[in-house]
Amino acid sequence: MSKSDPNAPKRLALIASKGTLDWAYPPFILASAAGAMGWEVGIFFTFYGLTLLKNDLTASVSPLGNPAMPMKMPFGPEGFQNINWAMPNILMANVPGFESVATGLMKQTFKNKGVASIDELRQVCVDMDVKMIGCQMTMDVFGFKREDFIKECEVGGAAMFLEYAADAEVQLFV
Amino acid sequence: MTDVVIKEDQVLDCSGMLCPMPVVKTSKAMKELQSGQILKMVATDPGAPPDMEAWSRQTGNELLRSMVDDGKFIFYLKKK
Repeated sequence: MSKSDPNAPKRLALIASKGTLDWAYPPFILASAAGAMGWEVGIFFTFYGLTLLKNDLTASVSPLGNPAMPMKMPFGPEGFQNINWAMPNILMANVPGFESVATGLMKQTFKNKGVASIDELRQVCVDMDVKMIGCQMTMDVFGFKREDFIKECEVGGAAMFLEYAADAEVQLFV
Repeated sequence: MTDVVIKEDQVLDCSGMLCPMPVVKTSKAMKELQSGQILKMVATDPGAPPDMEAWSRQTGNELLRSMVDDGKFIFYLKKK
């Protein structure tokens, strides 16, 4: 996995450590943009980030304990859409279904603005042959099975990723 | 230079798409072209001009012209 050819393309090595909808975007966006530039890309999915490799992508988002997250409505006149709905934690924590509503609103807002969905971006990465490594240790800890994850991913550990990252021009932790 | 007419071989419309899709679609469309052929790409994402410049430098496909027309960003790219 190390680069023996000095004329090999640039390499990007990413660690995706978070599995919520908002944090699912950066690794897939960076990976697909790098792939579009002809770079070689590898992503190590570890801890909660591992869930982004599941067959059934169910990434959601919670505004609870996420104070910088804007709460916007994806419908209505522009002035209404630009309102930031500040919600007190006590409300967010106690209203049943609040998280799924927030997730739905974020998905719709992103779609309206022309941002691709996580499913689409992941498929772009698969089509570009982005190397996706699922963390074996995380699988063991959370009791996941290999068949829970997309067939295109590999399974490995820290040493495997580090060897790949050692030859990367750009290494980022997300 | 700007008054020289550039004749494109292929047109790609990325209107309404945000980062990274214009770059992703451009890369895909360029793969279908032969060396020396020209792709005209249209986008509405204000982030497209700096992104396309970087994409051109990184891939070696020349950005012949980058212009704004009626609120749209238009790029002419020559396949290396």
